[in-house]
Amino acid sequence: MNPPEPPEQLQKPATAIPSMAQVSRERKPAASTVLQKIRTSHPRASRIPDAVFAVIILLSAISVFAIVVLVAWELIDKSRLSLHQFGIAFFYGHDWDPVEGSFGAVPFIYGTLVSSFLALLLAVPASIGVAVYITEMCPQRLRAIISFLVELLAAIPSVIYGLWGIFVLAPLLREYVEPFLARTLGWTGLFTGPMYGLGMLAAGIILAIMVVPVIASITREVMTAVPQNQREAVLALGATRWEMIRMGVLRNARIGIVGGIILGLGRALGETMAVTMVIGNRPEVAKSLFAPGYTMASVIANEFSEATGDLYLSALVEIGLALFLVTLIVNALARLLVWSITGGTARVRA
Amino acid sequence: MPDSVSASAPQEVSLWRRVTNQGATTFAVLAVIFVLVPLLAIFVYLVIKGIGSVNLAFLTQTPKPPGEVGGGMANAIVGTGLILAIASVIGLPLGIGSGIYLAEYGRNRFGDLIRFTADVLNGVPSIVIGIAVYSLIVVRQKHFSAFSGGVALGIMMVPTIARATEEMLLMVPNVVREAAYGLGIPKWRTTLSISLRTASAGVITGCMLAFARVAGETAPLLFTAFGNQFWNLKLNQPTAALSLQVFTYAISPYDDWHKQAWAGALILIVLIVAAVAAVRITTSRGMMKGA
Repeated sequence: MNPPEPPEQLQKPATAIPSMAQVSRERKPAASTVLQKIRTSHPRASRIPDAVFAVIILLSAISVFAIVVLVAWELIDKSRLSLHQFGIAFFYGHDWDPVEGSFGAVPFIYGTLVSSFLALLLAVPASIGVAVYITEMCPQRLRAIISFLVELLAAIPSVIYGLWGIFVLAPLLREYVEPFLARTLGWTGLFTGPMYGLGMLAAGIILAIMVVPVIASITREVMTAVPQNQREAVLALGATRWEMIRMGVLRNARIGIVGGIILGLGRALGETMAVTMVIGNRPEVAKSLFAPGYTMASVIANEFSEATGDLYLSALVEIGLALFLVTLIVNALARLLVWSITGGTARVRA
Repeated sequence: MPDSVSASAPQEVSLWRRVTNQGATTFAVLAVIFVLVPLLAIFVYLVIKGIGSVNLAFLTQTPKPPGEVGGGMANAIVGTGLILAIASVIGLPLGIGSGIYLAEYGRNRFGDLIRFTADVLNGVPSIVIGIAVYSLIVVRQKHFSAFSGGVALGIMMVPTIARATEEMLLMVPNVVREAAYGLGIPKWRTTLSISLRTASAGVITGCMLAFARVAGETAPLLFTAFGNQFWNLKLNQPTAALSLQVFTYAISPYDDWHKQAWAGALILIVLIVAAVAAVRITTSRGMMKGA
């Protein structure tokens, strides 16, 4: 039997309710405006250092903006050759043959999308489970420890994930997991062919481990932003704990959770070293997840420093430009979603 | 339905609801286990596989040519230190400066723009930063260098530090600033000696997080610092870095190099953890506590 629907009022998204986070976020007038009068009454002598300080600080803030513009400009400038030569065909060409001078990015775009999608498929349920456990189920004593451990995953350098992937995960997949998947799910066509261990599946798993802390910490943050009385109200209607979490918490936090997932996607799309080390680096589009693939980031990592010829280099920079634009859009979207829930307080580590 | 709710007898919770409730709890616990197992496995393997190859030679010698047994990563350890020092010189002032701007001056449209740009920069893949620094510096200098590697990592530190600094400064109550102004202390002095000082513990933690994040970065160093099999302390020459060395050795076909890769990875993670812990311990004592 279904539980009674909570009254209209409870279903309002969390944005409608001024949570603590939002209240503290509201722009209090900076000290400068409150104290305008005092400052203008300062002796003239102290105004010059103040102005100098303000300019220095403004310059360092502008530098952040300048860096992003500079990065974008360099990418556009250096990929101009390839942009002119191939135009839009670059993004639907299948051939990547530097010797012949033909460059098509499809195998890399495919590899990036498939590995990231696979990562999200594994990481999203796990991250939401972790976040739910930490915020709603965990004994108080364990809470700090588990969140610390999950965040520790984000502190491990990507090259160490790659090292572990090559020497621990890949043999494990080759010997046990892939034969099992081939036996049970081989009919889908996704799990066929020779089993190397290294390949799309390994890349997806490594990426999943790496994006879990990103998604879990944002999910936890938006779940914490849901006011306590939402939970109490749903419980008071006789809901079980899971119903309370589903209706009182997850429903209110869903926009922020989606934001966290998109942020995780951004991280997965641009991840380089770990993927390069385990994906097998073969520019082919294969249906089987056992097959080696290649991603946009790893082709740059592998071929950039030995690219001969301007066109080759330019094609690689163009892949970088595409990666830059995609992560830019993905991140912008995610921030907007997360901000709409937490009002901008969430410190986002991606 | 409404009738049964208003009935005074305690209502049986249906089997389905009990099962889903149990199922959800089990699922959450399993998720935690699934996430923590790889973490544990990574650390266990790092220690088991790495510790055997960490010895005096590893810490004091440069790499041997491929195939020869022995040698070490001393130059890479020093190189990483050098690159991180350059990165900090660039990243810390810019990051803290923009953080101060966001908190003390940037409560307006332009501040929002900078805040947003910082978050976007935080999400730009490190390999893309590597390409940009390559074409900005390496192409112009005409060779790979420790300096360009430092710039790439420094750029990556800025957004993290800026946002952490902003957040910590916003937590400093306005009355503290007002008290300072009341004593006739100018704004720049108030910001640096009062607000930033009060928030220092949090700011330092933010800086450490940024530092730890870039310390293990490999992708942006591939075509900036490039790596080097020999000693180099010159800023304008290719330089070895621990993370680069681990990468090169891990994908090599030599067994001895694989062992060294594990040892290098272990040293890398120990150095990162030690740096973070050292700062945590020093800042958790004395007057810097709080904020």
